Amino acid sequence: MKQLEGVNDFVVKFANVNGTGSASANHLFAKAIFRMGVPVSPRNIFPSNIQGLPTWYEVRVSAKGYLGRRGGVDLMLCVNPQTMEDDIASVGPGGYFVYDSTRPLAPHLKRDDISTFGIPLTEMCMREFKVARLQQLLKNVVYVGALAALLDIDFSILKDLLSDQFKGKEKLISPNVHALEMGYQYAKENFTCPLPIRLDPSVIDAPHIRESQHILMNGNTAAALGAIYGGATVAAWYPITPSTSVVDAFSKYAERMRIDAGTGKRNFAILQAEDELAAMGIVVGASWNGARAFTATSGPGLSLMSEFLGLAYFAEVPVVLIDVQRSGPSTGMPTRSQQSDILAAAYASHGDTKHVLLFPATPRECFDMTVQAFDLAEQLQTPVIMMSDLDLGMNDWMSPPLEWDDDYEMNRGKVLDKNALDEAETWGRYVDVDGDGICYRTLPGTHPDKGAFFTRGSSKNDMAVYSEKGDDYVENVDRLLRKFETAKSYVPVPKVHDPIPVKKPKTKQKLGALFFGTSASPSYEAVEILAEEGYPIDVMRIRAFPFHESLDAFVHEHDVVFVIEQNRDGQMRQLIMNECHIAPDKLTSVLNYSGTPITARTIARQIRRALNATSADVVKLHPETA
Amino acid sequence: MSYYKPKFQHPKLPKNSLGYTVADYDGSISTLCAGCGHDSISAAIRNACFLSSIPPHRIAKLSGIGCSSKMPTYFLGRSHGFNSVHGRMPSVATGASVANRDLIYLGVSGDGDTASIGMGQFVHLIRRNVNMTYIVANNGCYGLTKGQDSATADLGSVGKYGTQNPFEGIDLASLAVLQGASFVARSFSGDKEQLEPLIRAAMAHRGFAFIDVVSPCVTFANNVGSTKSYAATRDNLEAMPVDFVPMREEIRTQYKEGSSQTVTLHDGSIIHLHKASKDHKADSREDALMALQAADRTGKVLTGLLYLDPTSQDLNHTLELASQPLNSMGKDELCPGSRVLKSINEGLR
Ligand SMILES: Cc1ncc(C[n+]2csc(CCOP(=O)(O)OP(=O)(O)O)c2C)c(N)n1
Ligand code: SF4
Ligand SMILES: [Mg+2]
Repeated sequence: MKQLEGVNDFVVKFANVNGTGSASANHLFAKAIFRMGVPVSPRNIFPSNIQGLPTWYEVRVSAKGYLGRRGGVDLMLCVNPQTMEDDIASVGPGGYFVYDSTRPLAPHLKRDDISTFGIPLTEMCMREFKVARLQQLLKNVVYVGALAALLDIDFSILKDLLSDQFKGKEKLISPNVHALEMGYQYAKENFTCPLPIRLDPSVIDAPHIRESQHILMNGNTAAALGAIYGGATVAAWYPITPSTSVVDAFSKYAERMRIDAGTGKRNFAILQAEDELAAMGIVVGASWNGARAFTATSGPGLSLMSEFLGLAYFAEVPVVLIDVQRSGPSTGMPTRSQQSDILAAAYASHGDTKHVLLFPATPRECFDMTVQAFDLAEQLQTPVIMMSDLDLGMNDWMSPPLEWDDDYEMNRGKVLDKNALDEAETWGRYVDVDGDGICYRTLPGTHPDKGAFFTRGSSKNDMAVYSEKGDDYVENVDRLLRKFETAKSYVPVPKVHDPIPVKKPKTKQKLGALFFGTSASPSYEAVEILAEEGYPIDVMRIRAFPFHESLDAFVHEHDVVFVIEQNRDGQMRQLIMNECHIAPDKLTSVLNYSGTPITARTIARQIRRALNATSADVVKLHPETA
Repeated sequence: MSYYKPKFQHPKLPKNSLGYTVADYDGSISTLCAGCGHDSISAAIRNACFLSSIPPHRIAKLSGIGCSSKMPTYFLGRSHGFNSVHGRMPSVATGASVANRDLIYLGVSGDGDTASIGMGQFVHLIRRNVNMTYIVANNGCYGLTKGQDSATADLGSVGKYGTQNPFEGIDLASLAVLQGASFVARSFSGDKEQLEPLIRAAMAHRGFAFIDVVSPCVTFANNVGSTKSYAATRDNLEAMPVDFVPMREEIRTQYKEGSSQTVTLHDGSIIHLHKASKDHKADSREDALMALQAADRTGKVLTGLLYLDPTSQDLNHTLELASQPLNSMGKDELCPGSRVLKSINEGLR
């Protein structure tokens, strides 16, 4: 049998039962690889449940620094008998399967095209440890020790990480280190270590990662820090996975960084609302009153916030909303990732509404874009929605470090203070003085006789006086559209990269690909794979809606444009068609909506198939899952 | 359609301690039906703010949707106002009040806005003890959508179209007492003598102050058989007078022992209230509920200050908010700077 080979280039997957302490052991494994300086991207694939259901952890190691999912499994570590049959079947030929051999492997599961390693994890821990809870928890640490031997992980880094993890609970360090050593010894004595797939930090092909001194963090924590640095003082929310950890992290940092040194009082308010309607109402009220306020939610919450989003759009109240997208309604799939709130967010609410969207692709961008969202919301006096997703928000990503310019000043937009009001001869809340669609705001309590007005939805004239006249309404909503045009020059521009040189192109067509958020990493990888196969594809990463003019140009300059995204209906494709007036046959969807993040292999496969297909089929291509 | 009142003011109009006349507390001309109870509430709010010498621009007016929620346009034209969405004013007020703890918040709502679509937000507003005054103009119907029964319509009350309401009504005052509101009153739009001091007391109170005001809808619920018509309310009114003496003013009236009680608010203002019975205590939730129940049993509309906790602590206190309003903080208070971020990066390697 030919075994898979590869230095710093493989996928390891853990199959566990949730609630058994596997998460921290698996994290230990990924973090050790990260500390060795080898590019790694771990992902939790977890159920909507607290204890007892299957959960997986997929760790991709990539010498070139690809951080998206590749697809496929090279080494499966399975300690969940419930899923063992599927897990063993998912290992690619020549791959490796590690399992708890306390119970022997059922004969029908045996495969002769993969290498199988049994470690009696349960038995070893029953023998070594007295306390029942430790017997269970340390099983996970034992297998990490074994993998350290099999894959050549630096053992001292693992020990350091354990010391960091148990700072303040030193008693726990020695049993954990002992468990690590047990696994390590067992593997050394019973198997040929290391395997043909292994780590070697001296041969890394990703200078961009090493040079920028990457950090390992999740997008939700980064967004929370963005809210701290961006000057948010009010956070209102209702718990919903996968957005909950945004406010959890905000709370943690605020308790550290936002306590007034003199009085011990808080320079922030966090309100756990009764539902998402109230969460958004609180944000609207606080922003109307001039504070920087935000909320974080996921799909169902976005639906509930829709009425208020419409009000904020028409009343021109800044709002910052972080939408950590997941799959659809109810419970279950919602702990899986998707990019499927695009249309719901872009056009949220009744009447003619459009909202500014930001699409971060890395934790660093989650940080930067959250800060920027507060500036944009106040400059444009409108809701700004940052479209993250579960994959980015809850998984650890290698990211360029967060950076801060101490000269940064919050851009509070056009707000008239008392002096400005004193000087102003006339003022009307909705008068477009500058012609950019953005009018001058006043805040409650500013001036004894000037600048007061009544904030309401759509029935008003430009002096903010109640009006149901058609002309007043039309003038107002046309101005809002003008403001949306202005937004185009305020939002982050798309990212384009130099095309990859292809010696003998196999096609005369000019190919382009558009993608955004977590579809970006695997898309870049897929484009490199396809370039190698003779298909040059130009790429553009969308970072905001409304779309920049260059997106229009990009589409027109190419014969076929792939839109790569993670939902069923090609929502970004529809948004582009709608907003840029592009004919449907110009844009070809590349989709994955299985709930697990899209892989480079899926993207490459769908594009390959599209290029061989006739143009009529292209649009109707059935998406594959990976 | 709306237009502004002429700015002409009578030179002899009396001024309050800030030098404002009552006209300085006016809003636009009302577009509600002639005789609508809501207009009397608007007038009472205007007078109360004038009498209490509150600078108009330090008040923020908030409302939901309904005829009643239009009211804030018709008083305090120098205050900012926010006509938000149906039933959700409580959350907007909550956000506004934590953003700037220095303003005075006045919420105006209807029985539909509060007791149906907004019930959830209303009870959570009470639960948080947001520092604001919350007035419900209660007419037992949805005025703006043309007279459907609301959730506060009394069982058996007859609507404009002659049908009897088959459901038990929700009593917002009892609910507020039960839910822990720190100031609960009921009044009648036609009883200016009681309503004005109640509003002044509510605005001086620290914490959530609720006033349920029976406010007849002349167009849809003023018919014979409606329990919230002018006639029915007047016939059954059992009003307990209330006097309000702002801080620094002397009490001039002499009160009889027993049937009345004097309460001092946190800012030094004094409320003098008359009680439903001799041993009724203003700071007892049980007494308040018993009095409300007793009145309800006999078909009476008991009005006055029903419950008061003068020591109540508001949401700003619970959240341990800094005394400087959050909306006035800048980079210095809010942004930890690049050095801190560097050390955060270090912790993530
Ligand atoms: C979400 C939503 N649903 C329905 C309406 C329609 N609507 C407007 S006012 C109103 C009822 C108002 O009743 P109430 O609060 O008692 O005010 P009143 O007009 O009686 O003073 C309704 C149902 C709305 N504006 N918004
Ligand atoms: S319909 Fe009723 S509540 Fe509305 S303005 Fe007329 S009288 Fe008042
Ligand atoms: Mg009503």
